[in-house]
Amino acid sequence: MASHIHPNDRPKQPGHLETATFEGKNKVLGFWLFLGAETVLFACLFGTYLALRNANMGGPTTQQLYDLKLVGLATFFLLTSSLTSVLAMNAMNRLKQGAMQFWLGVTVLLGLAFLILEIYEFVHYVHEGHTFTSSAFGSSFYALVGTHGAHVTFGLAWIMTLMIQTARRGLTYEMAPKLFVSSLYWHFIDVVWVFIFTLVYLLGKVG
Amino acid sequence: MGTLLVVLVLALFLAAILTGGYNKDFLERVRHSKVWDWLTTVDHKKIGIMYFMSGFFFLLIGGLEAVFMRLQLIVPNNDLFTGDTFNKLLTMHGTTMIFLAAMPMIFGIINVVMPLQIGARDVAFPFLNSLGFWAFFFGGLLLNLSWIFGGAPNAGWTSYPSLALMGFNPGPGIDYYVLGLQISGIGSLMSGINFLATIINMRTPGMTFLRMPMFTWTSFVTSALLLFAMPPLTVGLLLLMFDRVFGSAFFDPALGGSPVIWQHLFWIFGHPEVYIVILPAFGIMSEVISTFSKKRLFGYTSMVFATVVIGFLGFMVWVHHMFTVGLGPMSNSIFAVATMAIGVPTGIKVFNWLFTMWGGELHFKTPMLWAVGFIPTFVMGGVTGVMLAVPPADFQYHDSYFVVAHFHYVLVGGTVFALFAGAYYWWPKMFGKLLDDRLGKWHFWLFFIGYHLTFFPQHFLGLFGMPRRVFTYQAGYGLESLNMLSSIGAVGMVLGTIIFTINVIKTARSKELAPADPWDGRTLEWSVPSPVPEYNFAQLPLVRGYDAFWIEKQAGNKGMAPAEPLGPIHMPSPSYIPVIMSLGLFIAGYGFVAHAIPVAVIGIAVVFISMFVRSFQQDFGYHIEPEEIVGSAKAKEVKA
Ligand code: HEM
Ligand SMILES: [Cu+2]
Repeated sequence: MASHIHPNDRPKQPGHLETATFEGKNKVLGFWLFLGAETVLFACLFGTYLALRNANMGGPTTQQLYDLKLVGLATFFLLTSSLTSVLAMNAMNRLKQGAMQFWLGVTVLLGLAFLILEIYEFVHYVHEGHTFTSSAFGSSFYALVGTHGAHVTFGLAWIMTLMIQTARRGLTYEMAPKLFVSSLYWHFIDVVWVFIFTLVYLLGKVG
Repeated sequence: MGTLLVVLVLALFLAAILTGGYNKDFLERVRHSKVWDWLTTVDHKKIGIMYFMSGFFFLLIGGLEAVFMRLQLIVPNNDLFTGDTFNKLLTMHGTTMIFLAAMPMIFGIINVVMPLQIGARDVAFPFLNSLGFWAFFFGGLLLNLSWIFGGAPNAGWTSYPSLALMGFNPGPGIDYYVLGLQISGIGSLMSGINFLATIINMRTPGMTFLRMPMFTWTSFVTSALLLFAMPPLTVGLLLLMFDRVFGSAFFDPALGGSPVIWQHLFWIFGHPEVYIVILPAFGIMSEVISTFSKKRLFGYTSMVFATVVIGFLGFMVWVHHMFTVGLGPMSNSIFAVATMAIGVPTGIKVFNWLFTMWGGELHFKTPMLWAVGFIPTFVMGGVTGVMLAVPPADFQYHDSYFVVAHFHYVLVGGTVFALFAGAYYWWPKMFGKLLDDRLGKWHFWLFFIGYHLTFFPQHFLGLFGMPRRVFTYQAGYGLESLNMLSSIGAVGMVLGTIIFTINVIKTARSKELAPADPWDGRTLEWSVPSPVPEYNFAQLPLVRGYDAFWIEKQAGNKGMAPAEPLGPIHMPSPSYIPVIMSLGLFIAGYGFVAHAIPVAVIGIAVVFISMFVRSFQQDFGYHIEPEEIVGSAKAKEVKA
């Protein structure tokens, strides 16, 4: 069971470092399971939003509110950050610590850009009279998109934490699965956003 | 706020008293104390015991609430616990029994037994295991503190809006419900993930999926249900909290919200939840019936198949709790058919149990009594379930005592009977001693008779028109004698439980140790000493088939063949972070209950800081050397 490997050792061979140790295998499996639960969580928030999205109680409607240009830009940032996160994991598995840290840095910056745009968007909506308490539509919109935004924020903090740890400890057997699951998390956030983009924004403009 | 301070100071006082006052080596003494050991343990067996015992404690509290309700209902127009008080008792009884008694006691047994059954040294995530327990514990504590600080919730265990919204329910009761369940729910989700990963990744060599004992299989499916069923509850509770604390409008029709959304979210969780608590019960019964019939479980593969099918169908039927909402004949029909379909795999199981006993060498020890009592009782609950699944009939039964009778037949006759069976069966593995069999039989007969006396008449009360969740009834409508009978029956259950408690205390005091294999068992947990050493297996066992230990015994072998040479065993270190994190959740929960957002923020900060600390901690556990293992085994032999 690879018990001869010490978690603080550095792998010498490139490959799937995240599952090189038994602990790593458990971690990756456990995290996939967790993402299953997260999927159901978002599904419930989507369901609630879709049921309540027309209950605007005389406030602005989805058509009046949403601005696809701004959201499109945010989408571009977030989807690109998924790509850079893949590049980071690629670098990790080829034992290139510097390149990995660089791509993680880019991922964080892109995520930050997304977050700034989202905050700007929310502030704008509040000025238009679309708030968390104004109507059931408002409540369900902020619950869904806000939960996603909270996930992005947590993901950013997480990735930055791991960047610091890697800088201190190097790319060890312990760090590899941690980095890998954080990137899984990041991709998951991205996939959720794809659904938000279609079911909230595009559908809001059309129907 | 003030109450929070009081609780904190009290906790510090208790710590000081238990450890002998503060001075220089205070911290040293704390570190070596028994309390500290249990607070920080990551050993699955100890966590299992804590789960089981705190679950049992909540079972007693929930039972007390039930007794109060039966006292109120013993005669018509009684005024012992009326109105709001009765509503609080009823709400806390249901909530406590489901979330704080049934689930934790099941998690306790799974924690102790499942890793042993698959030949593992621990669960996949020992730290998470401890965190899950403490989250459950503090969640339960928060919920029950409502009795003292501000008033218990009173909108039923289903807590439907609009009744549960601020406008109709301004006290803090519902907030306690929302946050208590949210915190303990986080713990349940973690346990689900942990058990799944353990069963998938930690099986000993030779333990293929189709050689896993039935209890492990049902734990597996239950964990999958936990994984997918807890999030809808999480979301429902979150939205209800937003509506109550932050003024949002999810469930408020005045602002376009819809109370029916809560009902959907609640029952998408709620129906799988009833299978979460019944599937492990099926597993326990399968083990017990097979062991005490001295026969291989009849139709093992069909049992596995039935379990998986039940788990799957469990997600397709939630609308049968909402037939009377008015979702339309189409949706009612579809969900009615799906609901009835669950009767098929359940029937397969019942016949398999019967055929296992058929021609077997039956031994009526206490666990077997519970199992044999369980079969007809549970079948009756299943039959009323199928009756309820017919929408036009359900329009009559719904919200009457008929439903109360149905779910007590499945929950008590199924889950609680199984928990008692499991307790008698696995007590040697948990505590190293056997519970007294004679007291056990008294426990069974008093509880069994009392149970049927309480709940059988409730079917008829329902059919005669008595609505559920109502604190009294009028004389002269034919409800008096059945209610009287029902209340008298409760006495039997109380006496049975008291005898069980006496049995537990008596066993704890006795010095007689149990042998490793007191029941001539069939599965791996009986191949290790009682009580189980902290590393479980000195050498991982090699499994050659279903009923792994039985096969070796039949082949004349003394024990399991080892699958690995004797070597140092890696153990995880204990950690105090789970308690701190759960305390953070508790403080945050309290902040939201008191609508004191700064307190909530402090609590959440504690949680995140603990996570951060944990992430930076480098603690890779320790090793137990082979000499120690052999030494302790030798010492055992000398004693024996
Ligand atoms: C053949 C299997 C079953 C069927 C067909 C079935 C069907 C139903 C139906 C249709 C209802 C709704 C009645 C109403 O509110 O009008 C119901 C309620 C309930 N069932 Fe079952 N059931 C089955 C098994 C179980 C099991 C195994 C459990 C738990 C271990 C369970 C626990 C409950 C509970 C707690 C309620 C009441 C919920 C409430 O309103 O508070 N049922 N069942
Ligand atoms: Cu149901």
